[in-house]
Amino acid sequence: MILFFVISVPVFSSATFVTVRNSQNILVAITPVVLLGLGQTFVIISAGIDLSVGWVMSLASVLSALAIRDSYNIGAPIWLAVVLGLLAGTLGGGFVGFLNGLIIAKLKVPAFIVTLGSSFIVRGVALLMSENTTVIGLPDIRAYGNEALFYYVRGAGGGFYFLQRPPLPTDMLRQLDRILPWPVVLTAVVVGIAMFILHRTQFGRHTYAIGGNPEAARRAGIPVDRRIIAIYALSAATAGIGGFLSTLQYTAGSAVIGDPLLLSSIAAVIIGGVSLFGGAGSIMGTVIGSLIIAVLTTGLVMLNVQAFWQFIVVGAVVIIAVLIDQSRDLLVGRHERESET
Amino acid sequence: MSDPVLSIRHLTKRFGGLTAVNHVTWDIFPGEVVALLGDNGAGKSTLIKCVSGVYQPTEGEMFFDGKRVQFSKPIDARSKGIETIYQDLALANNLDVPANIFLGREMKNRYIGGLIKTLNERTMLSESEAALNALEIHFPTLTQPIESLSGGQRQAVAIARAVYWKARLMIMDEPTNNLGVPEQQRVLDLIRRLRDQGVPVILITHTLPDVFAVSDRLMVMHRGRKVAEKRTTETSTEELVQYMVGARDDMVA
Repeated sequence: MILFFVISVPVFSSATFVTVRNSQNILVAITPVVLLGLGQTFVIISAGIDLSVGWVMSLASVLSALAIRDSYNIGAPIWLAVVLGLLAGTLGGGFVGFLNGLIIAKLKVPAFIVTLGSSFIVRGVALLMSENTTVIGLPDIRAYGNEALFYYVRGAGGGFYFLQRPPLPTDMLRQLDRILPWPVVLTAVVVGIAMFILHRTQFGRHTYAIGGNPEAARRAGIPVDRRIIAIYALSAATAGIGGFLSTLQYTAGSAVIGDPLLLSSIAAVIIGGVSLFGGAGSIMGTVIGSLIIAVLTTGLVMLNVQAFWQFIVVGAVVIIAVLIDQSRDLLVGRHERESET
Repeated sequence: MSDPVLSIRHLTKRFGGLTAVNHVTWDIFPGEVVALLGDNGAGKSTLIKCVSGVYQPTEGEMFFDGKRVQFSKPIDARSKGIETIYQDLALANNLDVPANIFLGREMKNRYIGGLIKTLNERTMLSESEAALNALEIHFPTLTQPIESLSGGQRQAVAIARAVYWKARLMIMDEPTNNLGVPEQQRVLDLIRRLRDQGVPVILITHTLPDVFAVSDRLMVMHRGRKVAEKRTTETSTEELVQYMVGARDDMVA
């Protein structure tokens, strides 16, 4: 948290940064990282890792694009096509996660290996299904990807508009701000559901228990294998939602959209305070971690820092975040646990 | 004397050619603390694992509350009320006290006809407080992860959990190991309190002072066989050591 302010204060204090449009752009840009990070939070709290989410997101982007295009072409109304696209992305992604979890839980193969292997497989499948190009020819779904909950028109004759985009002459379009675009709204809903599941339900409690002491969880009668399968399915399903959203935003399915986001999402989870040893962390932490990365990358661009510095800074922040986490562990004596078991 | 809670009859456990437990017959009665003694490899752990369902006996029978029982999994024994507390305690150190007491058996609020279920944290907290109070265990706060508690306090959480879930027989494996002296005393107090509430305790230990401090009866094993079964008041440290190293054997005619 301290880190967040240390970095964000100089960025925010530069005047160009704090516009409504920028903040909304940042939110839209970070939604896929948040979505990948949400599932990853469950996985890492259970002391696992899911390296497949990047390519799962790509696969889901392709699947949902195909579902939207093909269902529209056989006469489905556009809203139904979009819903089918969401289902195809989420369920298709979730199925990969189900298989990951099955192999990890039942065959006892380390999660690192399983998800590494499945990410290659999923990559191949995504490229095959998209025939190695971008899936285009979708109906006009820009309204779902690029429109927003609120609109604000700056300057004379402007004001707030709810749901309905105001009709504007083209010369005034630059004065239009979209507040809470649909991808952000959908992501916020998914964040809310993830918080509820992790912090309020038995499933969430078991996720922490499995990460803290799997043997204790097993002896307490928790169906550990079933929980692990569900955790990986959930992780891949949120990645699937991310793929669906990217399809909406670009009106196209891309088999390479997700891969660069994998490491960002893991970075977001770790900056957000989820322990890689398992058993600790929160959804809010991951959301804040994602925002830190977004502010860092966007902010550095706005400060006219060369883009390559983004990677260097994000990498340094990840390492510092883990250092802070470890020193906190030393203070509360978590190192005892590791030496005892 | 009342009927035994647990009766073991001629229990034998072999691993290949090795006989770990050899024709042991043993009774545990309500409201007593019974110590199980023996050197390393004497067969104590194997015997206990047969009772708690981890192993299945090769020969012999067990009766619980007068009924013949066969456990194929630990959960079978637990469902009858046989709770085993191992040295590693089987607690999730990253969770708080109520979460541990209710681990795997969480209380839930139900909404929309059970479609949505949330954890009932409030009731679990108040039930945990009541369970700990009944054993005269007092912590400043129950809602911190238990990794901040001492070894003895965690031991108390494990015991409170077993008691809350209506343990009818408690098996404790070296409960005072790795504890400071004041903590050892508190754990022994807890064992006495369990006995006073009518829950029999089997205490597996190497620590002879603990045996004399808390147990009513004791049984000594050597190389898989029962070599002595006595009232604690009728023996001495020297005699117990002789039994444990195999220099004395009551069972040889």
